[in-house]
Amino acid sequence: MKENDVRFARFLLVVNGLVPLTVLGWDAWHHQLGANPVNFAILTTGMLALIFLMLTMLVTPLRKISGWNWIIFSRRTLGLFAFFYASLHFLIFFSFDRSFSLSGTLSEMVKRKYLMVGITGLLVMVPLAITSTNGMIKRLGGKRWRALHRLAYVAAVAGVLHYYMQVKADVRQPLVFAAVLAILLGYRMVVAAKAKD
Amino acid sequence: MKEPNKISAGDITDPAVYFNRRTFIRTGIAAASAVATGLVYRRLNPVATGTVDTPLIQGLVTPAAVAAADATGFRVAETETSLRDITHYNNFYEFSTDKEGVASAAARFETNGWQVSVEGLVSKPRVFDLDDLLKISPPEERIYRMRCVEGWSMVVPWAGFSLSKLLDRVEPLGDAKFVAFETLLDPRRMPGQRSDVLKWPYVEGLRMDEAMHPLTLLASGLYGRALPPQDGAPLRLVIPWKYGFKGIKSIVKIKLEATQPRTTWSECAPNEYGFYANVNPQVDHPRWSQATEQRIGESGRRPTLMFNGYAAQVASLYNGMDLRANF
Repeated sequence: MKENDVRFARFLLVVNGLVPLTVLGWDAWHHQLGANPVNFAILTTGMLALIFLMLTMLVTPLRKISGWNWIIFSRRTLGLFAFFYASLHFLIFFSFDRSFSLSGTLSEMVKRKYLMVGITGLLVMVPLAITSTNGMIKRLGGKRWRALHRLAYVAAVAGVLHYYMQVKADVRQPLVFAAVLAILLGYRMVVAAKAKD
Repeated sequence: MKEPNKISAGDITDPAVYFNRRTFIRTGIAAASAVATGLVYRRLNPVATGTVDTPLIQGLVTPAAVAAADATGFRVAETETSLRDITHYNNFYEFSTDKEGVASAAARFETNGWQVSVEGLVSKPRVFDLDDLLKISPPEERIYRMRCVEGWSMVVPWAGFSLSKLLDRVEPLGDAKFVAFETLLDPRRMPGQRSDVLKWPYVEGLRMDEAMHPLTLLASGLYGRALPPQDGAPLRLVIPWKYGFKGIKSIVKIKLEATQPRTTWSECAPNEYGFYANVNPQVDHPRWSQATEQRIGESGRRPTLMFNGYAAQVASLYNGMDLRANF
């Protein structure tokens, strides 16, 4: 792939990654988010964060298996989208659900394990987003950068667990995410084990 | 032999045209992909459509003197939730676990020939045809708060009559201490029952004094119309001071018993849902707070009231009872 093509591919990714946000905003503006719009927006942005996390973690296995080295370009963009939607997820909760009350949010968080797990997932993504620039990769050095960015796995596990923990009875959807995550992590473990041999 | 075709300088596409064409194609690809992504999103998150066209209820009694009715709790003076929201935001796992998806999943649910068996510790057990059952007492409009255990609430103008009127008809025996209720079990008509998210059929129960309380409503309609399928057609229970899941839907069996009946949610998660399930802002769900609620149609949360605002009418039922232990 030529540099120019990669740039176009990234552009495509950014445009498509913003589509859910655009439609969500459109629906909110037109009061068609359903009976419980805040809840809907929280759920949807959370799902999007999880989907983008899974996609981020899919890039490396897909690249190694298919040999399409060029797709590596997408990893950073996908990861940043995951962080973006997870942040939005939290901000909607903080503003609309908790009415910007810091104490209300914190006291609720301390009491609810699923909220603690969720905020952990979001917080570990902060250093990853900060160190996502080329300059930061250089400054940290490849090895240290890669080690740090394994925190993405922590974020993914926390995200899926957070979803699973707050479902009332129908755990099918969180279990689908858990299965996908297990495959993605399992692949990495197998690769790591083989590398040791 | 012919010489391979030579490309003359004039045949080469002008770079300006070539790049324009490329830009054009790329813009097209970007637009098409964005539309495709948008369509996938829309498919997963459809906008609620559809109206309610169930028959109007004839002879609905609406008490004129609201002030007098206030003490009974029959008509709460709060803004009614819109018909659209009441009929497109439903917890009815027999059709779908997606609250926004119940209406469409239940749209073709047929209730023709519906019967309700009232049995157990009664002197006159009987299988009622729905029409006969509904003739027991004229339908009254009751405007109740509805608080879901998930932390949201509505105000619903139901139509129906007190359950006590039906129970009086079958003459409960002295040793009847509880009433057990059962929803229809028919996976062909209720697709949600094909997966074992809950143990089917859905069952619920009340203590005898709770069942006989005038607020406990056997509802057959809302907004002056027969109940739409997604809200529990053709007959459901409404107990306004309890969390919504106690209001069992599409009832086929009512049985009076001597011992406390099992109930679906408390069997599914005994530490999270109890037999009583009285609305209580001081007793949190293990995983979330019950202190506040999202009233559907409002922005921001409002405080949840003890017994959902019906303490004056029902608190005496629970005198001396530890409501933390009996949640």
